[in-house]
Amino acid sequence: MSIAVENVAYAAGKTIVVDGITLAVEQGKVLGLLGPNGSGKSSLLRLICRLRKVDSGIIRLAEQDIAAIPRANLARRIAFVEQQATTDTQLTVRDVVQLGRTPHRGLLSPWGVDDDLAVEDALARVDMAHRADQFWHTLSGGERQRVHVARALAQTPSELLLDEPTNHLDIQHQLEILSLVTRLGVTSIIALHDLNLAAMFCDSLAVLQNGKVVAAGAPQEVLTEDLIARVFGVRAHIERSAVHGRYNIQYTMG
Amino acid sequence: MRAAVSRQHRWWALVALTVVAVVLLAIMISLAVAIGEIAIPLSTTARAVSNRIFGTSFELNRIHQGIVWDYRLSRALVAASAGASLALCGVVLQAMLRNPLAEPYVLGISAGASTGAVCVMILGLGYGALTLSGGAFIGAIVAFLLVGVLAAGAGRSSERIILCGVAGSQLFNALTSYIVTTSANAEQARGVLFWLLGSMSGVRWSDVYLSVPVAIAGYLACLFHARALDAFAFGTDAAAALGIAVRRVQVVLFGITALMTAAVVSMVGSIGFVGLVIPHAARFIVGPSHHRLLPATALGGAIFMVFADIVSRIIIPQQILPIGVVTALFGAPAFAIILFRARRSV
Repeated sequence: MSIAVENVAYAAGKTIVVDGITLAVEQGKVLGLLGPNGSGKSSLLRLICRLRKVDSGIIRLAEQDIAAIPRANLARRIAFVEQQATTDTQLTVRDVVQLGRTPHRGLLSPWGVDDDLAVEDALARVDMAHRADQFWHTLSGGERQRVHVARALAQTPSELLLDEPTNHLDIQHQLEILSLVTRLGVTSIIALHDLNLAAMFCDSLAVLQNGKVVAAGAPQEVLTEDLIARVFGVRAHIERSAVHGRYNIQYTMG
Repeated sequence: MRAAVSRQHRWWALVALTVVAVVLLAIMISLAVAIGEIAIPLSTTARAVSNRIFGTSFELNRIHQGIVWDYRLSRALVAASAGASLALCGVVLQAMLRNPLAEPYVLGISAGASTGAVCVMILGLGYGALTLSGGAFIGAIVAFLLVGVLAAGAGRSSERIILCGVAGSQLFNALTSYIVTTSANAEQARGVLFWLLGSMSGVRWSDVYLSVPVAIAGYLACLFHARALDAFAFGTDAAAALGIAVRRVQVVLFGITALMTAAVVSMVGSIGFVGLVIPHAARFIVGPSHHRLLPATALGGAIFMVFADIVSRIIIPQQILPIGVVTALFGAPAFAIILFRARRSV
């Protein structure tokens, strides 16, 4: 297992946000985290990259308890793309992507060829290389999101956590980002709202409700009309797409 | 490839800029020594300094020798190091609190220092064992700790820390006013006011021996954390995800800024706007990367403060303005410009 979450609980103040979650992702696979707003997806991602401490339970990264891994080592392995992180500093796109090299650089080691390559490669992958010198605050929401993904890629992680990476993106870039991430061969956990995108791109899915996993497994096992009605409170019709062979969910009114 | 070439260009530009700034600082300090009620030629200054440092024996007017060495040079060095310290504190706080308006005094440090100084000066606390500077230093640290405890209880987000700083400042300013209005006579009140606005007039060599090492040590400590400061651009979570030990860096850097500010305030009073304006000016020139920004800010702060000291001594004949008045006269318009720019970029 690349990432294994075992019976993890976390409370923010008195509110239990993550309530005994167990799940695992195999090396190189993509796990989609689904669930309504406030179901604990973002908190779980934050726990996995240790931005928050678990109250109980263990999170393992390649069999090692993350609580025992020094912060900088952890950052060389796991990259995290937050929702809507922004800055007032006058940074260029390249400046932001270069931040991804932070965990790889020693105190005195100068910026090297490797760093340059990682940054240029990351910029090219999200189709922002030609905008590298543009200022952050002039970018649209979707462009910012792509730059964040590039920053995470420049971190050259073996595990990638993305919190709703397709928010703010137009449909072309939604598909591009997800197909990019899923083709990287990097173990990824992606919190998503769009069930169809989840079905298209993820190897497995976990559905969260009130901080608990209510369903987990392959997309075709997890995404049932009954579950969607129970968790999301909407009626849906599911069929296998004639175009891409994956599940396709259509919502019905009333 | 192009990135590498342009980086080399920038490297040369930076070296040139550094040389220019250092030369400018040397010129400023020389001017600060030369200019005053008694004008002393630069050649005399150079000889006086050489007599003291290299043991040469140029024939000099003893009064000139004394003015150069005992008054003006020490004063210029303290001004330079205090300016560098305050500006560094500003750049560090702006990065960590992610707020363009943060400056050393936002943590309530100067207000606490003032209260401490007033306690010694007017209430006679410390029974003569505490100097005014000592009182100010203790007041600054107490204020910082109080704001730190408040902020820890209030959740540590940058807005909360700033609000706690504002609350702390108000409290200590009120205490200062209370003590001054209830206990001070007119002469004491005038002395306090002068001190509150920043004054270089009491500066001696003993201050140089504190102020210069504090500035250098603080600068090196900040430079050591330059990469962490860069990583704070997107907030504490983003910095932590990049491998920065956020809590440790916060404790260390807040501690350093508190000590630097306390040391400066205890020597020369509270001098506003240097910590606010200089980092922004430096950012215009060298950009946001802290490896360049920290040296630029330190040099800029030093040059600006020595300049302000010269202006404070010559702008009104026969009279010395508090240096805080001069820095604020330049700083307030700059502050307004920053506000307008901040509004535009939203």
